[in-house]
Amino acid sequence: MARRELLALLAAMSAGAADCLGGTINPERARELERLVLHDCGSCHGMTLKGGLGPDIRAPTLAGRLPQSLAKTILDGVPGTAMPAWRPLLTEREARWIADYLLDGDRQ
Amino acid sequence: MMRCGALFASMICLFLWSGLGVAHPGQEPLRGTGNLGLVIERSTASVLIIDTTKRASVARVEGLGDLSHASVVFSSDQRFAFVFGRDGGLSKIDLLLGKVTKRIVQAGNSIGGAISDDGTLVACSNYEPGGVRVFDSKTLKMVADIPAKWTNGVSKTIGLVDAPGRRFVFSLWDAGETWIADFSSGATPVLTKIKGVGKQPYDGLITSDGRYYMVGLFGEDGMSVFDLWQKPISPRRILSGYGRGETRLPVYKMPHLEGWALAGDRFVLPAVGRSEILWVDKRSLEEVGRTKVHGQPVFAVARPDGRHVWVNFAHPNNDTIQVIDTLTAAVVHQLKPGPAVLHMEFLPRGNEVWVSVRDSNLVQVYNTRDFTKLAEIPAKTPSGIFLASRANRTGL
Repeated sequence: MARRELLALLAAMSAGAADCLGGTINPERARELERLVLHDCGSCHGMTLKGGLGPDIRAPTLAGRLPQSLAKTILDGVPGTAMPAWRPLLTEREARWIADYLLDGDRQ
Repeated sequence: MMRCGALFASMICLFLWSGLGVAHPGQEPLRGTGNLGLVIERSTASVLIIDTTKRASVARVEGLGDLSHASVVFSSDQRFAFVFGRDGGLSKIDLLLGKVTKRIVQAGNSIGGAISDDGTLVACSNYEPGGVRVFDSKTLKMVADIPAKWTNGVSKTIGLVDAPGRRFVFSLWDAGETWIADFSSGATPVLTKIKGVGKQPYDGLITSDGRYYMVGLFGEDGMSVFDLWQKPISPRRILSGYGRGETRLPVYKMPHLEGWALAGDRFVLPAVGRSEILWVDKRSLEEVGRTKVHGQPVFAVARPDGRHVWVNFAHPNNDTIQVIDTLTAAVVHQLKPGPAVLHMEFLPRGNEVWVSVRDSNLVQVYNTRDFTKLAEIPAKTPSGIFLASRANRTGL
């Protein structure tokens, strides 16, 4: 396989993976995740997400952040701060759902 | 004449009932407030006024702003509650009238407050702008503004408590300092700033005798303790390295020290990032043991007699309470009140404990001797429960 074709295939595969990560959270789990954001994330970031011990994470403040990068922060935390790694409790797909949720101000 | 008299009597009753918003028809219109308290309803900007004798809520007060992580102190006559909201709101609530009598928004982002020993000053701890602001408890007019300036800017403040002698003590999250604001000679505080307290102090407590201020550290394993009876006041590091180099678990909810427990001759403290509570000798301040518990502890609260310690846990173990016997340091009972147990408040004699179960929208009342459930009181996403009897305790 030509190198260019391989790259195109890899790109297609990763795009597919990203699409997959963005979708298919069932409505019941989505409600649980929303509650997790408001109450558990909210214990540091505030229930309105405008910040507390942790920073402001409202959609306008996060504008420009890539959802993949936000999802990674959620999964791995921020060393040296109070932001924990949520990987033990959330799948990659769920973290990506939360990232999309945070970036979409209309859903909050 | 007879009809006129009856009408007059009913008008009087109506007047009394309407004047005492928490009273209901058929109830004595005159009452005390010693068995009243507040439950924070964190999602709806409201609080419930509860009557612990009736085991019921008697009024709801609304319009209080963002109440996530809200806390409450009480006036020395126990008639008024001061509610500290997350959004900088400070609301003064009349427990008898069941309404807000004064409300200000004193900062942009806040975390807790305290009332001075003489009941005249209410202090608020703020994240934004970082520092402490102090208000006249009658009028809520600002008496003093204490920005938490340090070498790298302005710090968030945490662990604000009252100390005897019209003082407030608090700590600086970013700066690792503890400050004492002494208002004993008037409205202008004398500040004592103590550096080198430790990395990222996250909460503080004061013992009920007003002697020791203890600061939990998030950025390192350990605590700093100040003996406020000594001069000069300097921190003593305790429990250094209690994690013994092991990697701590991710911390999904900061432990609270406010419900600190002095059980007999030992303090009981929640460990950070570990599913353990720590026992510390009251005199030597050395660790004398630890108890493995169900999850990462949030509150470890002693029943007022000190015989049992009730512990609740961080997400995802927050549907459970464990009860620990202080004589044996063993878990003697486990309860599953429901999803998201956020807070536990004992009646002052310790016979009952009131528990908020956020995701069940319930406050539950338990007998602390046989652990039977005595009542369930509907509440909207309840979090903190604060009883008026706190007015009589230093540090609450």
